[in-house]
Amino acid sequence: MMKRSTIAIFIVMFVFWVLLSACINPLKGHYDHIRIVVGIICAAIATSVSRDLLITGKEDMTLRKTLRLLLYIPWELWQIVLANFDVAYRVLHPKMPIDPRIIEFDTTLRSDFALTTLANSITLTPGTITIDVEPERGRFLVHAIASKAADALLVDQTMQKKVAHVYMEKGGGE
Amino acid sequence: MLGIGVTDIISIIFMAGGIFFMVTGAVGLLRFPDFYTRLHATGKCDTLGEVLLITGCMIFQGWSFVSVKLFFLIFFIFMANPVGTHAIMKAAYYTGLKPWKKGEERR
Repeated sequence: MMKRSTIAIFIVMFVFWVLLSACINPLKGHYDHIRIVVGIICAAIATSVSRDLLITGKEDMTLRKTLRLLLYIPWELWQIVLANFDVAYRVLHPKMPIDPRIIEFDTTLRSDFALTTLANSITLTPGTITIDVEPERGRFLVHAIASKAADALLVDQTMQKKVAHVYMEKGGGE
Repeated sequence: MLGIGVTDIISIIFMAGGIFFMVTGAVGLLRFPDFYTRLHATGKCDTLGEVLLITGCMIFQGWSFVSVKLFFLIFFIFMANPVGTHAIMKAAYYTGLKPWKKGEERR
């Protein structure tokens, strides 16, 4: 009996193939049969290789987490735009107002997905780059380019709370 | 006039923004004092610069399979770029490279 996750990965792989190879085009009524068959074979091979990697089966409430992640992404994109204007200002200012420092802080996050999301978000947003993460304690080591950027993570902690909310971890207001 | 439509103008605006951020990243790479701060300039400005350039191409192309491929490019850049920046940063930190502090000489 095939697992549901295996079938889901197969469908994702096949849709990816269709989008990249343009072998099915309903608007023009165009169907390339050879490419569809090749796509099914390739999707099956890719599924058999990667089924244990993509979905581990440890996560629950996947649908609600995905919806919350979709709400989190626009906020994150806006933060990225702000981060870029901040860095551009520091680069182009004649006096170059930077004051780099390395900070450490603990979070309540424990799951792999939550830690990865927060680490990537920190790297993309205002003046901070993740150096290292200790998953057991949820401890982050971060290089900040200015004290204002460091305070956003140390004092406000908006980003940690948002990520905790997305992945339903402790400290997410539930 | 001149055969330029609204979509062309919007895509030009996006691409101009992308070029601005790419140039800013390059200037930052030259101006900033040490390895870590230089990574700040390239790691962030390049991400948004590339994404804006590709978005401009997507708007120029309109609805087609090429746009879908360009969208996947944006997705993978967003996944890969922070991971790459973080990996270089971590390698430098554990090799023992000292971060630049305010008031020191640039390296």
